[in-house]
Amino acid sequence: MVIFYVVFALALQVSSQDHPGQYSAMDIEAGSRLYAGQCALCHGPNGDLVATVDLRRGQFKKAVTDEDLGRVIRTGLPDAGMPSFALQPSELNGLVAFIRAGFDLSATAVKVGDPQRGQALFDGKGGCGSCHRVNGKGPRVAPDLSDIGAIRSPAALQRSLVDPTSAMLPINRPVRAVTRDGRTYRGRRLNEDTYSVQLIDEREQLVSLMKADLREYEIATKSPMPPFAKTFNGDELADLVGYLLTLKGQ
Amino acid sequence: MKKLGDFFSLAAGAAVLVTVAALTSFHVDAQVTSDRLLRAASEPRNWLTYSGSYMSQRYSPLDQITPANVKDLEQKWVLQTQVIGAWQATPLVVDGIIYVTQRPNDVVALDAKTGRVFWIYRHTPSPDQRVCCGSNNRGLAILGDTLFMGTLDARLIAIDAKGGRAIWNVPVAEARLGYSVTHAPLVVKDKVIVGVGGGEFGIRGFIAAFDAKTGKEVWRFKTIPEPGEPGHETWKNDGWKNGGGSIWVTGSYDPEFNLTYWGIGNPGPDWNNEQRPGDNLYTDSVVALDADTGKLRWHFQFTPNDPYDYDSVQVPVLVDMNWRGPGNNLAKLLVWANRNGFFYALDRATGRFLSGNPFVKVNWASALDERGRPIQTPQPAGSPTWPGNQGGTNWYSPSYSPRTQLFYVSAWEGYATIYRKETSVYQPGRNFSGGGFTVLTPVPGAPAIGVGRRSPINNWTDAVGHGSVLAIDPRSGETKWKFEQFDVSDSGILTTGSDLLFTGGREGFFHALDARTGTLLWKASLGGQIANGPISYEVDGKQYVAIIAGHSLVSFALRN
Repeated sequence: MVIFYVVFALALQVSSQDHPGQYSAMDIEAGSRLYAGQCALCHGPNGDLVATVDLRRGQFKKAVTDEDLGRVIRTGLPDAGMPSFALQPSELNGLVAFIRAGFDLSATAVKVGDPQRGQALFDGKGGCGSCHRVNGKGPRVAPDLSDIGAIRSPAALQRSLVDPTSAMLPINRPVRAVTRDGRTYRGRRLNEDTYSVQLIDEREQLVSLMKADLREYEIATKSPMPPFAKTFNGDELADLVGYLLTLKGQ
Repeated sequence: MKKLGDFFSLAAGAAVLVTVAALTSFHVDAQVTSDRLLRAASEPRNWLTYSGSYMSQRYSPLDQITPANVKDLEQKWVLQTQVIGAWQATPLVVDGIIYVTQRPNDVVALDAKTGRVFWIYRHTPSPDQRVCCGSNNRGLAILGDTLFMGTLDARLIAIDAKGGRAIWNVPVAEARLGYSVTHAPLVVKDKVIVGVGGGEFGIRGFIAAFDAKTGKEVWRFKTIPEPGEPGHETWKNDGWKNGGGSIWVTGSYDPEFNLTYWGIGNPGPDWNNEQRPGDNLYTDSVVALDADTGKLRWHFQFTPNDPYDYDSVQVPVLVDMNWRGPGNNLAKLLVWANRNGFFYALDRATGRFLSGNPFVKVNWASALDERGRPIQTPQPAGSPTWPGNQGGTNWYSPSYSPRTQLFYVSAWEGYATIYRKETSVYQPGRNFSGGGFTVLTPVPGAPAIGVGRRSPINNWTDAVGHGSVLAIDPRSGETKWKFEQFDVSDSGILTTGSDLLFTGGREGFFHALDARTGTLLWKASLGGQIANGPISYEVDGKQYVAIIAGHSLVSFALRN
């Protein structure tokens, strides 16, 4: 059985000389300080406040390589409103390191197993496809997982499997609404504001409800997903995480 | 025939008289004298200063739009611009002309009735400019026929209000060291008063007055006292050299005491107070300065030795009201909902602390003592602090209505952050923040509130905080009513002579509330975040309410 470890921040604490291709913990720490001061006010504490960009999860407008990232930071993107930053090479290096480390200075190392076996568990024993959709197949009632490997860390994926309620993002909370004329809607929240809520209901219809029209409105904090801590052993969980990490979107 | 001829000559004479009167009146109106600024409240058709008057109440006596007819408001015009990012400006309105700034440092003059543009003045800030939080400019001041704008590269520019050309352009401070001017200047008598931003770059803040005619600096008040100056003893080491104390919202003025009041920003580095032991005056304070000389008359510090970035950069609101106890007990107050979560009432003649109460959840201090000093209760490392980094409120302009005698403020509730202290080494012009923070989220790594809103999808939700308009009774500090929003709000507030309250929020809704009860009376979905204060003005007998949302300045009035 092949089990390898994706060692996030912990592994990166080893110096870059010892592990070619990795940044050192010092780089990441230096980058985190720079980020808090120079970048967080626009990109947000979690790196996801600029549209179509999620720094922590490696989603950028155009940049692919570390060199691309450095160039964007140095020269800015005037059309997108991003200023240039006259940073020194070591500062740039730190910033890229922090972004590549997923902003995570203290992540636990999570076992990542065999993706093929993980997919078999996903489709078979787990029955995951009865709620989740992947690459155009499966229902839409639970969040689509087609790009989940690009937007979640291994630790977050494992947490979702063993304790879904504690890992459910607030936006995904299940909604139950009853209109004044007695119609009941159940679904997953997609968006909400002071006056309205948008959801995808059990029949996979997009529904927008005005709160003023509702007689009852409940948002559950318990995830409808069952915990899989007992269904799967440690190796199986690792395989599932391995499979989910391969889902990087179209 | 003769009769008719007489009629014509009479009519012609009357027309000449009317024309002369109109021209005269136009000529008089065109000059915004310092006397007109003093009596701005007596000409509610205009909006002559950033906060509407020297008392900074953002209260308009106009009352054509009422709780009964507010549902008949309709959009009269929209000015769409190419502004990227939060548009934080408050326009001025001078006799039918609106003057507004847009990013980075443009001034636009437009017709208040139609939104059609007369001219645009563009200043391109030097590439040396460094600002922490976006290319913000919050507005202008006017005196005579001259507009005044501070710039991102720390200059002050006088602009001809008719022609849109610069008259003079002077440096205020060195942009390459992180200094900037982002707030609307304040004109008092013949002087233009501005302060400098840059609290994240290890600057040493100051407020300076410039001669309105020449741009020559007349006085300067340093917000970080130097060796030998009173207050320097509150810096126990060399921290004062990069002590921060920025200014980035406009102050107020009381002609009776000839005092101008300004809120001072955070000490530097922001989060590591161990690097700068002592109270760190005059950071996180209000200062009362003699408007002629800049001499400090009094100060009051809200957050000594601040590790939370609780800038006291709020608009000082001056209120005359009967204070506690029976009888006519008129008090001259300065009221202040601070970023640190406490609402304060001070005597604005002396700075004496009168009362202070939390208006949101606060756990960094257990209470204020009898002199208003907080009894600090720092949370253990890794634990959340309420209010969070953006504060219980921030720079968002509050309002006070002399009719309801309530103070209205945009507050952030249920919002906390976890701070991290690190040692920062000062390097000129570079970030000097002393750590960082994360927003408390219910799930590790969940989306969080940031500075400004950048998506139409609210995937952070109210689980990390939400906005409320609070109506606070200054006498008791109690919240009389609350209007809650799902997302947080950076909007200022306007109240009117008909007891309406206008405000917005990040969701792009522009709301009209009953100022007495908080009841929602009307709303418009404008689609872009509102991060500035609404204003009201009148042209040709019609009352307008204007607000900036997203990239657009929108003006509303009653249906014809």
